[in-house]
Amino acid sequence: MPYVSALRCRECSRRYPLDPIHVCEFCFGPLEVVYDYEALARDLSRKSIARGPLSIWRYRELLPVLGEDLVDINAGFTPLIKAHRLGQALGLEELYIKNDCVNPTYSFKDRVVAVASTRARELGFDVLACASTGNLAGSVAAHAARAGMEAYIFIPSDLEQGKVLGAAIYGPTLVAVHGSYDQENRLCSELADHYRWAFVNINVRPYYAEGSKTLGYEVAEQLGWRAPDFAVVPLASGSLFTKIWKGLKELQQIGLLDDVSTHMVATQATGCSPIITAYEAGSMNIRPVKPNTIAKSLAIGNPADGYYALKTIQESEGAGAAVSDEEVVEGIKLLAETEGIFAETAGGVVVAGLRRLAQAGAIPRQALTVAFITGNGLKTQEAVAEHVQAPITIEPTLSAFQEALERRQATASARAG
Amino acid sequence: MAKRRVMFTFPQELITQPVIYNLGHKYSVVTNIRRADVTEDRGWVVLELEGKEDAIDTGLQWVRELGVRVDPIEGDVVAG
Ligand SMILES: Cc1ncc(COP(=O)(O)O)c(C=O)c1O
Ligand SMILES: [Zn+2]
Repeated sequence: MPYVSALRCRECSRRYPLDPIHVCEFCFGPLEVVYDYEALARDLSRKSIARGPLSIWRYRELLPVLGEDLVDINAGFTPLIKAHRLGQALGLEELYIKNDCVNPTYSFKDRVVAVASTRARELGFDVLACASTGNLAGSVAAHAARAGMEAYIFIPSDLEQGKVLGAAIYGPTLVAVHGSYDQENRLCSELADHYRWAFVNINVRPYYAEGSKTLGYEVAEQLGWRAPDFAVVPLASGSLFTKIWKGLKELQQIGLLDDVSTHMVATQATGCSPIITAYEAGSMNIRPVKPNTIAKSLAIGNPADGYYALKTIQESEGAGAAVSDEEVVEGIKLLAETEGIFAETAGGVVVAGLRRLAQAGAIPRQALTVAFITGNGLKTQEAVAEHVQAPITIEPTLSAFQEALERRQATASARAG
Repeated sequence: MAKRRVMFTFPQELITQPVIYNLGHKYSVVTNIRRADVTEDRGWVVLELEGKEDAIDTGLQWVRELGVRVDPIEGDVVAG
């Protein structure tokens, strides 16, 4: 029983059928999925959800898929852990980490791609496509493999070997594009017009984007059906941020949450922070930038959902922070050393942003705060390679070990003193 | 005839100039504005261009050289 009724323009509210389209023909505004919330309120309960699978598909009634044939590599239902030690370091007593590093392809993108690929197959597509610098590439390639679909994946020609391999292993057609970031963007828009492919973040973007709502649903369910006071999220296009908020509001609308007074906190790296810059200037206009940061997964200079992300901050009485690349590295290390979670640079952005706002008193000590850690550190090893201690190298004798250990302890105490 | 949907972002100093009018005239491109927002310090316009493929390309190049940012309406699509 599908609860999805139509697509609707976010600007002029015109309605469209559930086709592979992403902009309004009249005003070129972005399209969004609308649901029959009355029916959802009637049919869904905390109990019925609890009976579902331990993946994003436990919320399938709230996702824009019509049939039974899911493309499923088990995305979602990742751990939510209480972060005692990180909380102590930051002065936060009720800090939780939503660890989305442990998705099947190691980032939250599996959530959006699971929905995009399922809907693409329903719409009769044989080919999935995307342009990506890593996380999306791997996820699209993996879901295409699982679905038996062809995949075309466009990557910058200077992408790190580890990320190329992380997509190549699933057997897609991988295309490395020479040229600037702007040129690659332009090419991909042209490709999306030219071929009858499901380009996950272009023509099927309205469906794709809905997958991120599941992060909001899961956190609320894992907290025992309550919304956090603060949600700290990394932003690239701004889609994830707006959809976590949408997810929480939907749960309230269908009666599964009593109260949603979450403050949505946006974080970016200063080397690419068009959304935070506008927020800090008190403006609703995004000024596109040329990205230059180690947080490459967040390096979107002209964010499609930037305006809506600003509206989300406004509506939720949220906040924002931009952090330097040095702080990103410190954030990755702090999270690893306090909680045993190795996050990619986007996670470093979140932890560093959280630290800033906690220090500034913008997030109170007792507030129930969730930090969304969205990608795995093994993907961006080069960001921290020079910031971790090299191993102690020894001859295979006990005395060699003891001497080396003394030397290490001496340098450590000299540094501390 | 080709069609292209784009977003122009104007810096302050160009807001008062008839860039879109001139684009239409100089390059024989039909310009069709769908949405716009102009404030004191900057403005953006979402529009559709219709004309010969080459004319659209050279026209957009001219617009960029004036200092206007030209983007596809979906924003940047290369994702992380
Ligand atoms: C690890 C990670 N976190 C967060 C994001 C932000 O996603 P969005 O474009 O929805 O803002 C991305 C996007 O690529 C990502 O790769
Ligand atoms: Zn519209």
